[in-house]
Amino acid sequence: MSAQDVLVLADIQRGALADMTLELLAAARGLAAETGGQVLALVLSPDGASYAPSLGAADRIVLIDDPRLAGYSPEPFLAALHEVVAAEGPRAVLIGATSIGWDLGPLLAARLAAPLVTGCKAVQADGDALRVTTSFCAGKMMAEVQVKASPAVLVVLPGSFRPDGQAGKAVVQQRKPAAPLAAGAVAFDDWILPEAGDVDITQQDVLVAVGRGIQQKDNLELAEELAQALGGAVCASRPVVDQGWLPPTRQVGKSGMTVKPKLYLALGISGAPEHQEGMKDAEVIIAVNTDPKAPIFDVAHFGAEVDVLDFLPALTGAIQARKG
Amino acid sequence: MNIAVVIRQVPDLIEPLEIDSSGTALDLGSASFIVNESDDHALEQAILLKEAGGATVSVVAMDFGDVDNTLYTAAAKGADGIVKISLDDGPPSPRAAAAVYAAAVKSLAPDLVLVGVQAHDEMDGGLSPFLAAALGLPYVGVIRGVKAGPQPGMITVCKEFPGAVMARLQVKLPAVLGILGADQPPRYVPVSRIRAAMKTTQFVEQAAAASPGPPAGVPPLLSICRLYPPATGSRAEMLSGSETEVAARIAEILVQKGLVK
Repeated sequence: MSAQDVLVLADIQRGALADMTLELLAAARGLAAETGGQVLALVLSPDGASYAPSLGAADRIVLIDDPRLAGYSPEPFLAALHEVVAAEGPRAVLIGATSIGWDLGPLLAARLAAPLVTGCKAVQADGDALRVTTSFCAGKMMAEVQVKASPAVLVVLPGSFRPDGQAGKAVVQQRKPAAPLAAGAVAFDDWILPEAGDVDITQQDVLVAVGRGIQQKDNLELAEELAQALGGAVCASRPVVDQGWLPPTRQVGKSGMTVKPKLYLALGISGAPEHQEGMKDAEVIIAVNTDPKAPIFDVAHFGAEVDVLDFLPALTGAIQARKG
Repeated sequence: MNIAVVIRQVPDLIEPLEIDSSGTALDLGSASFIVNESDDHALEQAILLKEAGGATVSVVAMDFGDVDNTLYTAAAKGADGIVKISLDDGPPSPRAAAAVYAAAVKSLAPDLVLVGVQAHDEMDGGLSPFLAAALGLPYVGVIRGVKAGPQPGMITVCKEFPGAVMARLQVKLPAVLGILGADQPPRYVPVSRIRAAMKTTQFVEQAAAASPGPPAGVPPLLSICRLYPPATGSRAEMLSGSETEVAARIAEILVQKGLVK
């Protein structure tokens, strides 16, 4: 590998390759075309070969198969990632802004004393440097950042690149860690799956989604009434779930559910990138927010700057009138 | 258990964000500040651990924004000690801040360090993993819920994954956790208790023990070329009028699209 190459960390969650990995490969392909380097995909898993066919957009796939990589814990993953990055010396390391990536990106940058940019939405070569476009302040501010030192560790926001799942002729290499991977102080115990019984919001045609603008738990009743009128269900952005007003099974976004309903009503939701990740592919998105600069209007088809608590009963009444 | 909690101030996104004259930084002078949301959850988690089995909770914060009010609120919630770090300049980046916080946290010799997993004004990573690295302690983040046990010197945590799935992990102490959410929402404290805390709480005030910037002669790892607000409303067709008028128009759109039957 050369100093112009781009390394992608495959994101594997509960034994499945996350879609984010294909987005990272797309970003890496674009960057490597500019730097003149190759794309390397790194798979950390007890059985990495099964993921190789999905990583055809890479030029080379490195598999570290180790039983310590069965359930996620940071230390063996970091040790394996660090060893490969140190050995390969890429220009950039692309990691998804996922539960695992939020650990490993900064930890790798700290261990390498390397530059780190989070919230990445675009990256391009800029002479010997990289120019990275990043989103912060919940999507309300953007920055262009120049990164000169190598390797640049870039934590990429999901949804920023069109996934590249092309078949290819990537060379697959097995690599053994130089030293046995240690368990470390953090040990994986078990997966906790959501309790069955609640509404499955991923199967709903109509979702009435509420955010901070709902203000208090009692106001959820207004959203329930609208959802009933439309034959749908109520879901929420993270702050509402953090308050305990709705269960985690109703959360839409990066750490919640990904939904693709026919209609998504985003009410009092600002639309941080983490939320957009879970709903941007809905067929029709209607957003209501008093902040005209709310990022939710970037992905909505229709929008209105009105008060959610006044709007909710008005729309319920209008729908009921239409239904007779 | 000795718990240290780091609490930061962040710009309140309810207010418009302004860019300073350099074009490369937020104009913090025009911003109002609130406690970082996930740090508030970190404090709540610490108080819950204290209530569940006994612990000493110390809060560490940089003297910036409306930090005094935040720290008195933390005391009213049950924090036992408050360390306030004075700065010569404004708040440093997360990476540089880690060295400053590490010096203060180390003096507390904590078993467990809780920090919010992210702050919305960060663009070079999360403070919590950099703090763990600076302290030489193990780290895991995106944590929603912490319990003591199953053995002395250990805790059990839930790490959040998509789809309302959690990974249960066991952590040997000492360690640093990046908290996404506490086991319950941050508690409300009445103003009267905050006022009482203002009369009884003594801050331990420290000067920053480490330079928040890179050493002299060492170039920064990142250079910010420019900040700019994203284009908004680029896709949405905006509907105007009162709530009733907008609702009537949306109902019409939904009928046209066959979404109301």
